[in-house]
Amino acid sequence: MNYHSPASFAEASALAENADGVTRFLAGGTDVLVQLRADIVTPDTLIDIKKIDGVSDITQNDDGSWTLGVAVTGAEMTEHASLSRDWPGVVEAMDLVGSTQVQGRATLTGNLCNGSPAADSVPAMVAAGVTVTVTGADGSREVAVGDIPTGPGRTSLAKGELVSAVNIPARGDNAGDAYLRFIPRTEMDIAVVGVAVSLRLDGDTVTEARVSLGAVAPTVLLVQECADAIIGSTLDDAALDALAAAASAACNPITDKRGTVEFRTDVAGVLAKRAAKIAYARAKGETVKGDHA
Amino acid sequence: MALDDRKSDFTFVGTRPDRPDGLDKVTGRAKFGADAVAPGMLFGAIVRSPHAHARIVKIDTSKAEAMKGVKAVVTRADFATGLTGEFWNVQENVMAGDTALYDGHAVAAVAATSALDARDAAKLIEVEYEVLPHVTDVDKAMAADAPVIRDGTADGSVPEGMHPNVVRYHESGHGDVAAGFAEADLVIEDSFKTEATHQGYIEPHACLASLGADGKGELWCTTQGHWYAQKHCAALLGIETSQLRVTASEIGGGFGGKTTVFIEPVALALSRKANRPVKLVMSRSEVLRATGPTSSTSMDVKIGMKKDGTITAAEGVFRLQGGAFPGAPMEFTAMCAFAPYALENVRQVGYDVIANRPKQAAYRAPGSPMAAFAVESVIDLLCQELDLDPVEVRLKNASKKGTKASYGPRFDDIGLVECLEAARDHPHYSAPLEQGQGRGISCGFWFNHGGETSVSLALSEDGTVQVSVGTPDIGGSRASMALMASETLGIPYENIRVTIADTATLGYNDVSHGSRVTYASGLATIKAAQAAIAEMCKRAAAKWGIPEDAVKWEDGCAVPSGPNAGDFEPLAMADITADMGATGGPISGHFEATPEGAGVSFGVHIVDAQVDPETGKTSIPRYTVIQDAGKAVHPAYVEGQFQGGAAQGIGWALNEEYIYGEDGRLQNAVFLDYRIPVASDLPMIDTVIVEVPNPGHPYGVRGVGETGIVPPLAAIANAVSRAAGVRMHELPMSPPRILAALKADG
Ligand SMILES: Cc1cc2nc3c(=O)[nH]c(=O)nc-3n(C[C@H](O)[C@H](O)[C@H](O)COP(=O)(O)OP(=O)(O)OC[C@H]3O[C@@H](n4cnc5c(N)ncnc54)[C@H](O)[C@@H]3O)c2cc1C
Repeated sequence: MNYHSPASFAEASALAENADGVTRFLAGGTDVLVQLRADIVTPDTLIDIKKIDGVSDITQNDDGSWTLGVAVTGAEMTEHASLSRDWPGVVEAMDLVGSTQVQGRATLTGNLCNGSPAADSVPAMVAAGVTVTVTGADGSREVAVGDIPTGPGRTSLAKGELVSAVNIPARGDNAGDAYLRFIPRTEMDIAVVGVAVSLRLDGDTVTEARVSLGAVAPTVLLVQECADAIIGSTLDDAALDALAAAASAACNPITDKRGTVEFRTDVAGVLAKRAAKIAYARAKGETVKGDHA
Repeated sequence: MALDDRKSDFTFVGTRPDRPDGLDKVTGRAKFGADAVAPGMLFGAIVRSPHAHARIVKIDTSKAEAMKGVKAVVTRADFATGLTGEFWNVQENVMAGDTALYDGHAVAAVAATSALDARDAAKLIEVEYEVLPHVTDVDKAMAADAPVIRDGTADGSVPEGMHPNVVRYHESGHGDVAAGFAEADLVIEDSFKTEATHQGYIEPHACLASLGADGKGELWCTTQGHWYAQKHCAALLGIETSQLRVTASEIGGGFGGKTTVFIEPVALALSRKANRPVKLVMSRSEVLRATGPTSSTSMDVKIGMKKDGTITAAEGVFRLQGGAFPGAPMEFTAMCAFAPYALENVRQVGYDVIANRPKQAAYRAPGSPMAAFAVESVIDLLCQELDLDPVEVRLKNASKKGTKASYGPRFDDIGLVECLEAARDHPHYSAPLEQGQGRGISCGFWFNHGGETSVSLALSEDGTVQVSVGTPDIGGSRASMALMASETLGIPYENIRVTIADTATLGYNDVSHGSRVTYASGLATIKAAQAAIAEMCKRAAAKWGIPEDAVKWEDGCAVPSGPNAGDFEPLAMADITADMGATGGPISGHFEATPEGAGVSFGVHIVDAQVDPETGKTSIPRYTVIQDAGKAVHPAYVEGQFQGGAAQGIGWALNEEYIYGEDGRLQNAVFLDYRIPVASDLPMIDTVIVEVPNPGHPYGVRGVGETGIVPPLAAIANAVSRAAGVRMHELPMSPPRILAALKADG
């Protein structure tokens, strides 16, 4: 195995472009190293991106948007007060990943590029409209988070491409987001269903909404029918029931050791309602602690 | 005081000093199974079957043997031949013969100069399989069309006409159950299933083995019983028992799962072939795939009750699947099932069924928790139907001293009534429940065990004491031994060092199982201390020139008594030991026996469950364990055992399970998907220690290690069923299962 720690994304891209066999980028390593030790994936080339300048920075831009370096850890996000105030759903989704130890290493980019349909931060990023900057031999492009995963363990990144930044939009006023996942325990488990909701209010009425589901299909889903169910409503019971029905209808899950098709479909609706209520309360300026459903 | 009187006032026993192994464990100095190294040591890796059932056509080891760094490859051909009985079963389990019997069954092993090389070499061993039909479910394994796993395994107990996968049968009871059911106002019969769970000890199996061409060997391993390991490894390797010295490492949990051998004989075989020490350490996946989980079960229970709560008859059928080998503890399941109740009419039947799964191993009170789940669920249904208080009903029927037990003998002093009264009077039992919560209770029973025991106690010149016991310390037993020795000798706890001796140092000691250590090694420690006291009194008598029986032992001193009382200054222990070399030689005490008075154990658990009706998720807001300890030698460790039983029971009841795919492969061989409760899943588990002394122990001790896992499955099922408003019949009560039950109920 060859290990590299390039000083720039261009260099990292070139290394990946020219590498033979299996290549992995090393961010926090909480997927890469676990898979290595468990004899699941033994990379031929390991490219550590943590030595590149700025990869640990959390920056708020002049327009209120955020740029996160690709090595920013979950713990750094949780401790960042104004990021947490702007995007509590994204931050709480990343905070759900692993334990205190894992939080000290794990990144949004790694969670996304590992390609797990159950990755916790991904639905939250999709609901929030997050994009990533992808750098390759021909320069950089900006890609919506939802367009990165293409199936379990697969991404749309070409050979030689890597993520060089995470871009979170400006939050703006009267808006809130939330992420809930279902696990049978309280910690250290993998989402059986994950639901993220981001919305904006005008008074009591929902004017914008994005609803995203995880672990219920081969890739993360952004469900327009869910958004339509609550846009224009005050999140009354009828709107919530319509939201739940739309979420359940959008599910295309499998039965496996973690849950049945029926269970995932039902619980997606339940969590959609609960997450929408939290996002709504946050948009109203209330501080709501997310719970592990 | 005559030495054999039962003591009731204690100075040291019943206090809570720090454990002697505490500093080592919190600083990392303690040496566990994987912490041993030896010069020239090799690393082993095991090749395992990916099939649930397959004939091994051919094993080609040539590529692995040709690899640089590889020093030995072994298969079954490298083990002894001609074994029978349990030796053969254990050998067949640690290294497959003609047939791989479950996913994860070892088929070959390799030793190399690094762990990575060993892992890579294992991949080069080519095994050709002919896949055979398999079965993993207990009911399906008994069905007429089930594939036959090992024809001819059944013993003579099995009734005519059963499938060859049914390998043992048990039946017991007394009275006339048909007549009893006829007397009942209400009879409820119901069926239940439980999935296999793993003991889940945090430390995977690990060992360092060295065996020379001269047939002399050394083995370091994490085990609950190193004499067992010695005997079985010697047999499997074809060497003499005494030529293999086995040392038990510190042990990171066992719960019954380390009462047998898995990798140890393999490491010895590799070492013998390579002529180098070999270290073998299992991964967690290997632990889950190839070491003993519990049995899975399928059970039918029928109980008749009068309107006033009197049980008129009880009957149970218990089918246990214990992997591809005989030995599922179905007779314990059957015998424990109704033991808490004084019944005129009772009958219980057990079936031991083999299937394509790993060989089951003991897990705390083997077989009993499942029985309690079925029986106590039916009692709860009867209480609900007849509108009776669950504790009062159990009190009304509770076994007491003199009761003829459901499994035969008459009980001596037991503490079930005291436990039930403590439950009834506990604030938990009367606390109001919140919306969505239900409360469950259950009794639990376990036999407890004595077993071969040998203890040696040696005095040092400065008056301190070394105690050598042969039972690995899996629950703080060194502290308990030191407390009992200090109580007997009348010297401070800190003056005693307790060591787990290796197999070359003491006579045979049975495994640390059956909740036997505090009872049996404790009894032996007390007796060994008494033997040393007798010798010290003899030395004092000689010094004073008075008869031996005119010296008594008081508060750590020899004191003249009877007509000589007051004639001489008392001699402290250190005074006697200081010149023992000149007064007759070193002083020590020994005790060897197979004590028979273990004293059965009962407990009662109260648990509140909260069920989320929309997701089927259960949380446990409150839990209380009440159990008879006879005499709690170190109450903090007794409480720890109670809490540990409840914690493991919560896992078993709610989320832990072996999940097999259609292909017979284990789907969840990692802790991510084998869902043991994490700390935040558990409430603070409250405990009440009841003390009804065990007449079979000088200080009244009963073992407490196992009974604590008997009531939780049932107590939680009763709480969940009441909270959800629907009776749960199958474990684990995972959210999908509860949600499905709620939906089916409308
Ligand atoms: C104990 C434990 C618990 C966990 N719990 C959870 C959980 O609850 N929820 C959850 O979703 N996950 C969980 N995980 C998985 C893991 O922690 C997360 O997926 C984490 O976010 C991965 O981030 P990382 O930085 O460690 O990624 P790494 O392991 O460094 O990389 C992961 C993948 O991303 C790729 N990659 C990394 N950086 C880049 C880049 N810049 N461009 C392109 N590709 C890149 C790598 O090639 C690799 O394929 C857990 C893991 C462990 C060990």
